[in-house]
Amino acid sequence: MSEPVLRHAGVNLGGTQDHPRANAESGIFGFWVFLMSDAVIFALLFALYGTVVAATAGGPRPADVFELGSALAETLLLLTSSLTIGLAVLAMKYDGTRRPVLAWMGVTLALGVAFLALELHDFATMFAQGAYPTRSGFLSAFFALVPLHGLHVLAGSVWMLVMAAQILAYGFDARVRINVLRLSLFWHFLDVIWIAILSVVYLQGHLP
Amino acid sequence: MQTAHPPIWPDVLGRFAWHDLPFVRAWQNPTINELIGAGAGALVIVGAVVTIALLTRYRLWGRLWSDWLTSLDHKKIGIMYVVIALVMLSRAVVEAVLMRMQQATAVGDPGFLSSDHFAQLFSTHGSIMVFFMAMPFLTGVINYVVPLQIGARDMAFPWANAIALSLTGGGAALMMTSLVVGQFSTGGWSGYPPYTGLAFSPDVGPDYWIWAVTMGSIGSTLGGINIACTIFKLRAPGMTYMRMPMFCWTSLCTSILMIFAMPPLTVATALLALDRYLGFHFFTNDLGGNMMNYANLFWLFGHPEVYILILPAFGIYSEVVSTFSSKELYGYASLVWATMAIAVLSFTVWVHHFFTMGQSANINAVFGIATMTIGVPTGVKIYDWIWTMFRGEVRFSVPMLYALAFMVTFVIGGFTGIILAIPPLDYVFHNTLFLVAHFHNMLIPGLLYGLLAGYTYWFPKAFGFRLNERWGRIAFTCWVAGFYLAFMPLYVLGASGMARRTNEIFEPDFRPWLYVACVGALVVLGALVSLIVQLVVSIRERDETRVFAGDPWDGRSLEWSTASPPPEYNFAVIPRIDARDAFYDGKRDDGYYRRDARYDDISVPKNSVTAIAIGAAATAASFGLVWHMWWLAVAAGLGIVAVIILRSFVRGAHRVIPSAEVTRIEHRWHDALAAATPIPRHCELTASNQGLAEIPA
Repeated sequence: MSEPVLRHAGVNLGGTQDHPRANAESGIFGFWVFLMSDAVIFALLFALYGTVVAATAGGPRPADVFELGSALAETLLLLTSSLTIGLAVLAMKYDGTRRPVLAWMGVTLALGVAFLALELHDFATMFAQGAYPTRSGFLSAFFALVPLHGLHVLAGSVWMLVMAAQILAYGFDARVRINVLRLSLFWHFLDVIWIAILSVVYLQGHLP
Repeated sequence: MQTAHPPIWPDVLGRFAWHDLPFVRAWQNPTINELIGAGAGALVIVGAVVTIALLTRYRLWGRLWSDWLTSLDHKKIGIMYVVIALVMLSRAVVEAVLMRMQQATAVGDPGFLSSDHFAQLFSTHGSIMVFFMAMPFLTGVINYVVPLQIGARDMAFPWANAIALSLTGGGAALMMTSLVVGQFSTGGWSGYPPYTGLAFSPDVGPDYWIWAVTMGSIGSTLGGINIACTIFKLRAPGMTYMRMPMFCWTSLCTSILMIFAMPPLTVATALLALDRYLGFHFFTNDLGGNMMNYANLFWLFGHPEVYILILPAFGIYSEVVSTFSSKELYGYASLVWATMAIAVLSFTVWVHHFFTMGQSANINAVFGIATMTIGVPTGVKIYDWIWTMFRGEVRFSVPMLYALAFMVTFVIGGFTGIILAIPPLDYVFHNTLFLVAHFHNMLIPGLLYGLLAGYTYWFPKAFGFRLNERWGRIAFTCWVAGFYLAFMPLYVLGASGMARRTNEIFEPDFRPWLYVACVGALVVLGALVSLIVQLVVSIRERDETRVFAGDPWDGRSLEWSTASPPPEYNFAVIPRIDARDAFYDGKRDDGYYRRDARYDDISVPKNSVTAIAIGAAATAASFGLVWHMWWLAVAAGLGIVAVIILRSFVRGAHRVIPSAEVTRIEHRWHDALAAATPIPRHCELTASNQGLAEIPA
């Protein structure tokens, strides 16, 4: 009886010789499940934000403190970085040498760091306008939701550095391959969350 | 309380003051109340010192470290979970007895416990029973049994499995620490703000609660992901979903519930921590905070949690009833569908925990009807178990006795649940002892009896010898009698209007019922003692009850097709499955046991220090956060990140058990099988049971 062909959602690399294929499959699948559980956390924070967006307690309101131009720039940075991490994974599958993979990961990292810098600048501006988390329920919810996404981007950036070091140390062995795939899933996931933040937080904040 | 006592060394010890030690408090103010607190703290310290002394005396540190604490073997992790659960069960039962004694002596009298101490007792009792007794117990049993039942060699993620264990253990350790340093929350197991917020509880209590629960909750999320992936991806060839043992089904549904229901708890505790530590306004009374968000988040976890707790027990009962009736499980498909229905419905009823907190009558009606709906699939299950026994060869072994007591008792609890699900009636009964009686009536038979049945049923699998039958029956009798004596009076008291969590009672008519309940609590304490005696007696007489051949109960599923205890790799050859109850049928058709001349190499995960290091660092970080020792929290937090990164660099995390070793282990077992005398079912509780079932002609 021939073994069934194992596939998982994402880029199927194949040829992970030194690792049973089933492990690769459950490894990626498990990470999907983890992401879904992380998504529950964000979903709850979005719901919470929705319930207290009007609870400004006489302090700044959304439209007073959200800058759409900056949010647009952050969106473009993050969307582009999602493209470049995808290119890194494709390079790993079809090229298999270190240089293009590392290059695309480097570009992704730079875009991620630029995103974080811009976001920190946004927060600093809000603080300067008196919009800090202890001011009101609305700002508490904002500063739980948006910086949590930022922390995820930071974690992803550190992970990117770790993976780069491992690619240099081990080349593309089975664990590196699986972990690069997971990292790219994580990065795309952050993109999806950001789209929701842009829509629910920033765009909705400017609705008349 | 804290403010009157200046911290002794704020830079290093945070807000710790001498007065935070219960011994100092008892010295300054030697009332019975403070002496009990100091005694409990002393018990923790003495327990730790005695354990350390014994480990040193018998030179067990090395074995404890290399065979257990650093092991990634799902069987050892499962056993360690159960050990945590039993230790914590002992503490929480003693607390329950103290509360019952206080109420029995506090009719028109302050009793012997202060209101603050009493509040700590019900808070720790609830938190421990849910997060550090029930959760580790069921996770441990699932961990042990599920890979064996699906024909796998380990869990999908052995390392994450060990991390989940160490986080749960760390949370439990934090609960114990709160007895020795500082005090615990007085806000109940659900920790409702704004009471648990900074404005009303500035002390360390709610912080202990927050971080202990958060560690347990993250551990359970990891555990849930692991169990679900194991069942989805590692089933033996041919084991389709509808051929899985029922316990795997209920474990799968439980794990899915964990994945979706633990994050709301993590969010609730994290936001409460933001309120307390950084002055956010999620659940405060001022500046736009709204505690209803907490109530919704908490019960969005809390209700599915009820089914996380109960579903594994349903699975255990299914295995036990079917095995000890020597009959195929009746209505397998209906049980699967009922389990799935319960899992889905569990997310649609959370508002019934706060019918009285201000939503409209229509919303209450919707959630009340949804709540009653859950009774339908649960009823289906009860009938299925009854029909499984019908005309079966029923043996009244200890697990079967628990199953029978469960069926009767759980149905009574279900009826009172229907009463509480009707919002107008809930307005009368909410926050009374009626509710306390109801949920104990669900959880004691629906969780504790089930896990004790599973403990008795699978103990010979895990340790190779059976538990003492006589003490098992005594413990069973005490658990059941104790339950009825302790909780039936609470229905009466609750219906008469006695509020829960009351430390002083002013209605003399309540006194007789409180006496009965107190006697019941003492009987439950007797049940706990009987369990301990049973374990000691069983270990002493283990040579007469060995079942190395592995199949003492004429089992149906794959875990019984291995030696007892099973080898590290579980299965030398991964079985191929062509039916439900494959082992049971296989024994009857062609003789299931097949001896190969030679077996292949098997790869198993190597031990790892990293998992327990992460747990220890998380515990240290939590302790630092509780006491505002910021240096400790930051250092330990960075330590966790460093360990995770370093571990990702490890290569060759597997160890190969060579073919010769596997062959030697397997041949030894097959020799024992050949030498064992098959025994008929009516002899399975006698010394003649060596773990080989007689196949009736």
